[in-house]
Amino acid sequence: MKEINVTLKVWRQDGPNAAGHFDTIPAPGIKDEMSFLEMLDLVNERLIADGKDAIVFDHDCREGICGTCSLMIDGQAHGPQKGTATCQLHMRKFADGDEIVIEPWRATAFPIVKDLMVDRAAFDRIIEAGGFITAETGGAPDANITPIPKTVADAAMDAAACIGCGACVAACPNSAAQLFTSAKVSHLNLLPQGQAERYKRVEAMVDTMEELFGSCTNHGECEEACPKSISIDFIALMNSEYLKSKFKNRKRLSQHD
Amino acid sequence: MELNSKIPEGPVAEKWTKYKFDHKLVNPANRRKYDVIVVGTGLAGASAAATLGEQGYNVKAFTFHDSPRRAHSIAAQGGINAAKNYKDDGDSVWRLFYDTVKGGDFRSREANVYRLAEVSVNIIDQMTAQGVPFAREYGGLLDNRSFGGAQVARTFYARGQTGQQLLLGAYQQLARQIGLGNVELYNRTELVDVVVVDGRAAGIVVRDLLTGEVSSHSAHAVVLATGGYSNVFFLSTNAMACNVTAAWRAHRKGAAFANPCYTQIHPTCIPQSDDFQSKLTLMSESLRNDGRIWVPKDTNDTRSPDQIPEADRDYYLERRYPSFGNLAPRDIASRAALVEVASGHGVGPLKNGVYLDFSEAIGRLGEKVIEERYGNLFEMYERITDESPYKVPMRIYPAPHYTMGGLWVDYELMTTVPGLYAAGEANFSDHGANRLGASALMQGLADGYFVLPNTIANYLAPKLGEAVVPTDHPEFQAAEAAARDRYAGYLAIDGTRSPDSFHMELGKIMLEHCGMERTKESLTTALELIPPLHEEFKRDLRVTGSGSSTNQTLEKAGRVDDFFELAQLMCLDALTREESCGGHFRAEHQYPDGEAMRDDDHFAHVAAWEWTGDASNPTRHVEPLEFNDVHLAVRSYK
Ligand SMILES: Cc1cc2nc3c(=O)[nH]c(=O)nc-3n(C[C@H](O)[C@H](O)[C@H](O)COP(=O)(O)OP(=O)(O)OC[C@H]3O[C@@H](n4cnc5c(N)ncnc54)[C@H](O)[C@@H]3O)c2cc1C
Ligand code: FES
Repeated sequence: MKEINVTLKVWRQDGPNAAGHFDTIPAPGIKDEMSFLEMLDLVNERLIADGKDAIVFDHDCREGICGTCSLMIDGQAHGPQKGTATCQLHMRKFADGDEIVIEPWRATAFPIVKDLMVDRAAFDRIIEAGGFITAETGGAPDANITPIPKTVADAAMDAAACIGCGACVAACPNSAAQLFTSAKVSHLNLLPQGQAERYKRVEAMVDTMEELFGSCTNHGECEEACPKSISIDFIALMNSEYLKSKFKNRKRLSQHD
Repeated sequence: MELNSKIPEGPVAEKWTKYKFDHKLVNPANRRKYDVIVVGTGLAGASAAATLGEQGYNVKAFTFHDSPRRAHSIAAQGGINAAKNYKDDGDSVWRLFYDTVKGGDFRSREANVYRLAEVSVNIIDQMTAQGVPFAREYGGLLDNRSFGGAQVARTFYARGQTGQQLLLGAYQQLARQIGLGNVELYNRTELVDVVVVDGRAAGIVVRDLLTGEVSSHSAHAVVLATGGYSNVFFLSTNAMACNVTAAWRAHRKGAAFANPCYTQIHPTCIPQSDDFQSKLTLMSESLRNDGRIWVPKDTNDTRSPDQIPEADRDYYLERRYPSFGNLAPRDIASRAALVEVASGHGVGPLKNGVYLDFSEAIGRLGEKVIEERYGNLFEMYERITDESPYKVPMRIYPAPHYTMGGLWVDYELMTTVPGLYAAGEANFSDHGANRLGASALMQGLADGYFVLPNTIANYLAPKLGEAVVPTDHPEFQAAEAAARDRYAGYLAIDGTRSPDSFHMELGKIMLEHCGMERTKESLTTALELIPPLHEEFKRDLRVTGSGSSTNQTLEKAGRVDDFFELAQLMCLDALTREESCGGHFRAEHQYPDGEAMRDDDHFAHVAAWEWTGDASNPTRHVEPLEFNDVHLAVRSYK
């Protein structure tokens, strides 16, 4: 185990409407086995010992699955390691003497709550608009009544793996939410169970997304930043679904293509 | 305090059907006249809130997370059990019932367990209809795997992310109800007290985590689906924010707390590497389908694992439990690992692990199949340890993971406070002294989708036309004032130690003295150590920042404060239960071969504790358990 000394430049902001600034905080004696968030825990313990306010940041599972952690590290969403959420990043990826810049997600749809914590409720609004299959409790048919080809289930699962962290939005120069929205649209629209609401779903979700987020200009930064490496192919799929929804004769929806 | 389990009459297989026919109903047009509060939006809470919303009740849902989708349920990996018998390998509702009662070491209530097994089949249907992408075979039918404590393959899964997919399913149903206006969501809002008026649940007091503001909400019924308390050990596999506050505050307001000493230490976690560690990472039990557990026979063996020939390895689970082998239940597998490490057979730099080896499975099935089954788990392991399980065996060790104990509930999932319900991991109901793998997800969804919506109607029906207690009622006002004082108090202490430093010290005491193995002596020691540490906390805590904007140090202080009182109750419960059963192993009570020795004559009961105002002197009540359908027997997995 090695020990390194790093210096943090951390964004501090007292509240949504306060002006923010960078604090420079030396972080000596960091073991390289530590996770990035364990390093922040230690820094916070030292801040408290000095009578200062701990740095506010979102986190919970620390296993890369809940999507709560959300840091811009040296200008990259979730930091330098590809396909890795902040909580799974380890200090062995940094070198002695490094200066590490830590910022919150920056996007108008994600207002800053405090320090490094942002409000991502806009994602929930997109799901509320249509990101579901209407299947009220009770009365579901036997689960094996509709065989689903493994390839279809696998493709749906690839999309469903999205953890809703918002790195895609943070990485996008336009703060667009296409990757998040398309992952959910594709998960549900690919499955046989999702067919009944297929066009209504994509319309409602895309319209809500456009109200709240910027527009996509195909930069592809989102896929690069995604800790689950969700493919931008899903954006193409969503766009084609959306287009179809505009042309579809609604009365014939049950006879899908 | 009266413990009336309200188990319906009749044969165990007909009780739930009978109950559903007999209970009182609320006419659909009248449901909007009732307010129901659901705290927690994990599997249990999200499914309950969504279903109650669909049925027409006015629902308010609360979570301290920023979104319902972040609840700790999201982290479940391996799978969910259901008695579908799709493999035709001899499974049935009866067998799942039997396995669960036996797996729980005969310390659960038969009627509840049977109902759980019965509705398990509906869960899979429901979740599939909602679009959960469960793993499939090439022909398109659902796939299954095996989990510990079972000899059939009844576990449904979605890669290594079953909890994520199930929670997203339930969350999407909840989101739909929020969009429709049937459920109102309060996110980043923490329950800090439960309000009881005239002996009934009247509502809750909450703290807004963004502004620090304390306010009240009243309702006709309150559901707590707030998860488990493994984080009392500081290091556990639970998410960082999991805590006992909601259940504990309910306990202090009259809800009995049952079997707090029943905690599950999961056998397959990544061993701790250093003191700075903030949590432990689970490696799903499903790995035991293909991985073989072993240690070197020689305690001084320094060879790398691939250099150790078969003859010098001890596959101790296969040796000790030939019929279940590596799939022995969790409590047994964990204790066996403890025995190996304690006797010096541990592996790794700190000699604090055992091997979980995939080389044989990779040889038999090929790397590709193994990758398909466990790819994401292998990746997670490598990220943390910098070692590839495709090349070297994993190192694993047991870690606190799940709590079978929780709020005491009757057959209707109602606590000892009328109108206050507990669901999911927060209650004690179905797993006895040990939970089988893949059964927590099942229980959370059973409670939320299928049980509560029926049982709550039975309570609400006679209250038609009754107004809720207004939040300016003196009880609400007093609870609000107490909550404000509590949080202002933490800030005012101005001592020297952070909440985390206390939490870490408490966790160490609990792991050492009330962990995998307990003795009268260790528990007595813990009970001597905890109260002074709690006093020190009250005297020397340091919380920086203010109470009027987001302050995670302050949130943590409140949670640690409650963990102290819970920890005492756990030790008292463990001390009074003079037997070994499931996850509760009292070293004084074991057979010569090291197996747990139950004492059915004196302890075939639930211990439900009543708060008396003094954390070191609660009152113990007992609910006797009857075993009419699964006969009491020494549990054997040999
Ligand atoms: C790593 C891991 C893997 C697991 N794998 C499996 C598996 O494969 N199969 C299986 O069956 N089980 C598994 N389990 C167990 C299972 O995941 C949990 O027991 C289950 O998900 C608990 O669900 P729940 O709804 O009861 O609570 P949770 O999902 O913990 O939800 C609790 C909710 O309550 C809220 N809450 C809590 N306190 C308050 C408060 N005071 N105020 C406001 N809100 C509050 C939280 O915000 C959250 O929404 C696993 C557990 C872990 C730790
Ligand atoms: S903390 Fe859960 S994904 Fe990082």
